[in-house]
Amino acid sequence: MMAVTQRPPTQDPIYDGTRIPSPIPTVLQLDPSLRDTDDILTVNFGPNHPSMHGVLRLVLDLDGEVVVGVKAKVGYVHTGFEKNMEQKTWWKAITYAPRIDYVSFQNNELVFVLAVEKLLGIEIPPKATWMRMLLCELNRLHSHLVWLGTSALELGAISMFWYTFRERDLVLDLSEMVAGYRMHTRYFQTGGLAEDIPPGFYPECRKFVEWMPKAIDDYDALLRKNEIWEERTQGLGLLSRADAIALGQTGPVLRASGVDWDLRRDDPYLFYDRVGFNVPVLPNGDTYDRYRIRIEEMRTSVEIVEQCLDRLERMEGEPWTADDRKVVLPPREELHTSMESLIHHFKIVTEGYRVPEGEVYVAVESPRGELGCYVVSDGGPRPWRVKFRAPSFAALEATATVVQHHYVADLIAVVGSLDTVMGEVDR
Amino acid sequence: MAFSGLAGLVEEKSAYGETTLVVDLPRLVEACTALRDEHGFDMLVDIAATDYLGWGSPGVSGYIGTAQGRNLNHPMTQGFQVLPAPKPKRFAVNYQLRAIQRGAPRVRVQVWVDDGESVPTVVEIWPTADWFEREVWDMMGIEVEGHPLHERLIMDEDWEGHPLRKDYPLGGEPVRFSGEE
Repeated sequence: MMAVTQRPPTQDPIYDGTRIPSPIPTVLQLDPSLRDTDDILTVNFGPNHPSMHGVLRLVLDLDGEVVVGVKAKVGYVHTGFEKNMEQKTWWKAITYAPRIDYVSFQNNELVFVLAVEKLLGIEIPPKATWMRMLLCELNRLHSHLVWLGTSALELGAISMFWYTFRERDLVLDLSEMVAGYRMHTRYFQTGGLAEDIPPGFYPECRKFVEWMPKAIDDYDALLRKNEIWEERTQGLGLLSRADAIALGQTGPVLRASGVDWDLRRDDPYLFYDRVGFNVPVLPNGDTYDRYRIRIEEMRTSVEIVEQCLDRLERMEGEPWTADDRKVVLPPREELHTSMESLIHHFKIVTEGYRVPEGEVYVAVESPRGELGCYVVSDGGPRPWRVKFRAPSFAALEATATVVQHHYVADLIAVVGSLDTVMGEVDR
Repeated sequence: MAFSGLAGLVEEKSAYGETTLVVDLPRLVEACTALRDEHGFDMLVDIAATDYLGWGSPGVSGYIGTAQGRNLNHPMTQGFQVLPAPKPKRFAVNYQLRAIQRGAPRVRVQVWVDDGESVPTVVEIWPTADWFEREVWDMMGIEVEGHPLHERLIMDEDWEGHPLRKDYPLGGEPVRFSGEE
């Protein structure tokens, strides 16, 4: 057996104070003394680079291989979601929400539906709430699996990608079973769920819950003590506690910088105050800790899914949507026999239901952090204004702070560790 | 939480369990600094601008129902339309704040802006405001005074108009090289 050589710790300690560039917090400007030297190479990184997460363009100033200037440019996948949603009825606008962040689609759907429900003041049956929680946690697993697979791929660990996408497929199979679609399910409706939970879902989900912890152990075994992985992630992409808060970081990035903050626990929505789970927090604020936070969060998610299943299995036959015909579509079979149901169906689909006047801001803990939805209603059948607070948007603002004086090869891992989805940044 | 002594506070509103502080535009920076330093709102979560052009015009908007509920097809409420209350100016800029080191209180700071007026920047207070303010300029056309990099964020630099304004034309843009040019 070969002896494992002890190598000196590569880890830089987390810095004190602030490293946010000044005067523009999101742009790392080239030092004036370097400006006119021949050594500086300005490189256009992206927008279509195979190792970029989506279409992000970084204009880099390189001194040799070291990044000395960064300016991020976004907007390449701007599709006007918010403007589109203003033109649709509340009922139809739900379709847009999951497409904004196509990796954590279920959480996006949830935040918009919760905002509309807050304005409507409608009561949701418990079965629907438990199911929403279950699906959102499955979605968190999905999102973290995609992140882990692609991030490891960028650092050369190709096999991780196949393993994580194998489990990702299991999650999507469950999604398909419930909603008929693998992604962008539109399974959450104002009032509850679109359909009852199909028979056979619970046993399938149980199988997945039993399988998943072993899979997470496998990922961890492949990466945690992997020397290449450690060297490429430890002590890189540092973000201090104060800087993380000042830059509006949320979710795993914030928790990896030592801030104990999780919306699910600190500002509970759904039934998160009725399940037990722990919030992993790590102090080092580097890429490695962000990786470990996400691994721990996957374990947490599996636990929550299990607890939701325990509750749901005892709720057979309970209602899955609110009994409010002015908002919720009538059951399909009633349309053939009841005139009133037909009228309700017609009114909801064509004119749409009206939502009382007001403005609300609802936030949920998406896999990327605080996902907020600010909604204004004028009392009409269409939203007056919808604004999504995308966690990736804030995460990308930290780029200039975390990549300074890193090698360009590490830049990919560091920007990747912020876990941004460009669809959500540009909307 | 009491905000009564806050600089430039015009009105404190409470609806749907959320607190909105309407602040006088020239004293926004003063109020935000006080909120961060004295009230502990250390994180700026979001900046959302809203265009209220055409707000409350009959036929377009309004709530049909009784004061108690959404019973829009109830025979007694047919045609009973309540128009929303008028707004003081055309645009509202909303700053969602959060005190993450003091539990979970949340507050919304709101300033009202007319077309052509500008809001002062809060980048000095919360660095994260940088992109959010650029987005406000880009999408709503509200200038941010004193912003260190006053450029468009999402649309192209030479883009005309501000897409999220209510008077921005819908129905597409001219297609280049289509023969109609």
